[in-house]
Amino acid sequence: MSISRRDFLRIAGFSTLFGLGAKSAFEMLAPGELEAKLTPNPKALSAQRWAMVVDMRKLNEQTAEKCIEACHRVHNVPDFEDPIDPKDKIDPEEKIRWEVKWIWKEKYEHAFPGQAEVAIPEKIHKLNFLLLCNHCDNPPCVRVCPTKATWKREDGVVMMDQHRCIGCRYCMAACPYGARSFNWRDPRPFIKGDDESYPTREIGVVEKCNFCAERLAKGQLPACVEVSKGALTVGDLNDAKSKVRELLRTNFTIRRKTQLGSNPQVYYIV
Amino acid sequence: MKEPVKSEFGTVGEKPKVEKKFYNRNLILAGIIVFVALITYPIWNLQGKSVPPPDPKLDTPVIQKMAEQDRKCIEDKTYMRNYHMQMLDEWRDQVVRNGNREYTSLSGKKYTASLQNTCLECHSNKSQFCDQCHNYVGVAPYCWGCHLTREKKLAEAK
Repeated sequence: MSISRRDFLRIAGFSTLFGLGAKSAFEMLAPGELEAKLTPNPKALSAQRWAMVVDMRKLNEQTAEKCIEACHRVHNVPDFEDPIDPKDKIDPEEKIRWEVKWIWKEKYEHAFPGQAEVAIPEKIHKLNFLLLCNHCDNPPCVRVCPTKATWKREDGVVMMDQHRCIGCRYCMAACPYGARSFNWRDPRPFIKGDDESYPTREIGVVEKCNFCAERLAKGQLPACVEVSKGALTVGDLNDAKSKVRELLRTNFTIRRKTQLGSNPQVYYIV
Repeated sequence: MKEPVKSEFGTVGEKPKVEKKFYNRNLILAGIIVFVALITYPIWNLQGKSVPPPDPKLDTPVIQKMAEQDRKCIEDKTYMRNYHMQMLDEWRDQVVRNGNREYTSLSGKKYTASLQNTCLECHSNKSQFCDQCHNYVGVAPYCWGCHLTREKKLAEAK
């Protein structure tokens, strides 16, 4: 008995196809061992669309300073004014050029340019607005990132994955709010590092406010909100009963550079 | 037998007679010796010497405080030894990108998926633990560019 060449090829072909197909189908359908074992913390704070309201009536200079200090401390943001070792002192120009900030203060005309008022009330002119990443609904930084190191989460938080950042700084060019900073040098000598629960960054990556994603995941409010004495509020914009919606309903709010179409999600009550 | 045909270039069918000569002989031989000596340097330099095998230490304060039966890693020792890098890779992606921050081990116990807060809490002696094997096999993971080790605090505590 013999097998014809044609039959042999046919049988061989089908069995290869079956073998390969079954293996990959199995691999695709079976959940990965580790993947299946990682779940979100049940205590995590969640929202459909996170947003922040900054009530400038309640925010005074000291509270603003406290918010900045709290944020920069828990996220190990370098302070170039204050090196650990006095030998690392840098000159004033570099302090400005290398500045790394997640949340900072700015005058009205710098925070809200192009609003075209002829004259603004003295009170507002004097205010120092607290600025941070706006976690835009249409984030220009995400559009330009070539490695998806920055992306918008489903709950609206614009996140950074420092592991993927290649330091091209496209996002910095794209962000109209100046919310992103580049690590021009190793930040470690300028970080007191009292908080060892959060990583630092290294030279050559971009960083910005992450809406305290690591704190939300544990069920804590963002660091700045916690110390703001009610001036800062975060909540779910999609939930009509949320505190954020309540504030937006009862107060007139402004947002930064809405004319650019990035749909920023930090609202200011003035 | 045919008479060989002679031409002005020599006899047809025979190789032309070339005088065999080794040009620059001394220079070339010396060069070869130097070259061989250089590329085998790592071999003969380590002759007779032995590199001590890695010796990861487990004597950190947190581990020592644990009761004997609790003194286990989140998974079994062999698994951790072989696959901790895949596990950390998976943790990184799941935590940062998907927000899945809780790891359930095979024993059913829950841990926070965090290199800096979970692994290093017990293994606070990076240079005595992580570096031992990493240096031995010549790998340099770039975790520590950002993730803080707890060695400073460990040194202060001592």
